[in-house]
Amino acid sequence: MGLLSSSVSLTRYRVEGQFPDPVIDSVTGALAKNMFTEIEDPAASKAMGWTSFTDPYRPDFSGSSFIIDTLFVFSLRIDKKSIPSKVFKKHYTMEVARQLAESGRQFLSREEKTAAREHVMTVLQTRMPATPNLYDVVWNYERQQLWFFSNLKSANEDLETLFVRSFRMSLIRLFPYTAAFFNPDLPDTGRDVLAKITPTRFVE
Amino acid sequence: MMDVSAAYRRYQFLGGEFLTWLWFVIETEPDSLRGIDPDLLSLEIGNRMVLERRPQRGGLETVTIKGDHAGMEEGLLAVRKGALVAEMNLVFTAGEHQWHFSLKGESLNISGLKVPETAPMESTEEVEGAVIDKTFLCDRIVQLVDNLYRRFIGLRLGSGWSETLVPRMRKWIVDETGMSTS
Repeated sequence: MGLLSSSVSLTRYRVEGQFPDPVIDSVTGALAKNMFTEIEDPAASKAMGWTSFTDPYRPDFSGSSFIIDTLFVFSLRIDKKSIPSKVFKKHYTMEVARQLAESGRQFLSREEKTAAREHVMTVLQTRMPATPNLYDVVWNYERQQLWFFSNLKSANEDLETLFVRSFRMSLIRLFPYTAAFFNPDLPDTGRDVLAKITPTRFVE
Repeated sequence: MMDVSAAYRRYQFLGGEFLTWLWFVIETEPDSLRGIDPDLLSLEIGNRMVLERRPQRGGLETVTIKGDHAGMEEGLLAVRKGALVAEMNLVFTAGEHQWHFSLKGESLNISGLKVPETAPMESTEEVEGAVIDKTFLCDRIVQLVDNLYRRFIGLRLGSGWSETLVPRMRKWIVDETGMSTS
């Protein structure tokens, strides 16, 4: 569902804040500093960072390669290891059976079960490859607009976290309240009314 | 400005009112939408609409209408019972081109956006051109939604909303569902 897909989903943001000149150097630096790097710790379950739109598995932001026309175009890459529940259940059952056989007991305590669960999870995470997910970002710096090509709640939350960490700017999601609040045609009196409105009853 | 997450919940109803108003305008005064986009030929309800009602006792009731030629009577009946449009699929026509997309009320998220076809990309050198074309075509819908929402919010926050528009919308709901108000 990326920008060039036949069907796209997008979430809109307003970007609050400005870079000192030269802007492009600041953006390049922030993207490079928070560029995606492969998961090195085998027990880690998630990694995220910015990557190139045109070559997402070989990120490179040099030479203003992320600038297209007047837009900053790049992608958010989130790699996650997700263990299918049936795979986990199989290995957990085997681990419990092994511990029971070794100890000669019939039951494990609650603490032992929790420890077995954590052990199985850690072992499986070291073996499981992470699944890469790519989400495109189009940032119109002049218009203070950013489009994120996903409506997924978790992906949007990750975008917001990484964006603030990378660029030190606020990223405000545009939904009914914020879209009304930032409406340039809305006078101050309108904002006062907005603060007080209550739902309309369309039925008598 | 209010805290964003608190505002999201507090103003959820505004998105439902926006889409319900949009449905009313599309059905009763489509010509009034011409000023929204200079090239607008038509804006029509597409093949899906979701309505939601939150009863006072709690919970959530949902009505989904699907299909290319689906009748909207069930939707209007749901509105009559207090539901609002939560999500709608729309077809925007400008000149010879059509855009299909879904709009969600509570988030104003756009999904399933299909823009008019552009020339196929034949090499990686053509990526820049493809991005420029695609963002331009997506921007038509973003601008359309922005302009529609601005018109709605101007009306919603003005005195004419409760004095003129809401009575007209109530009459539309009653007339279309074929029941008296008593």
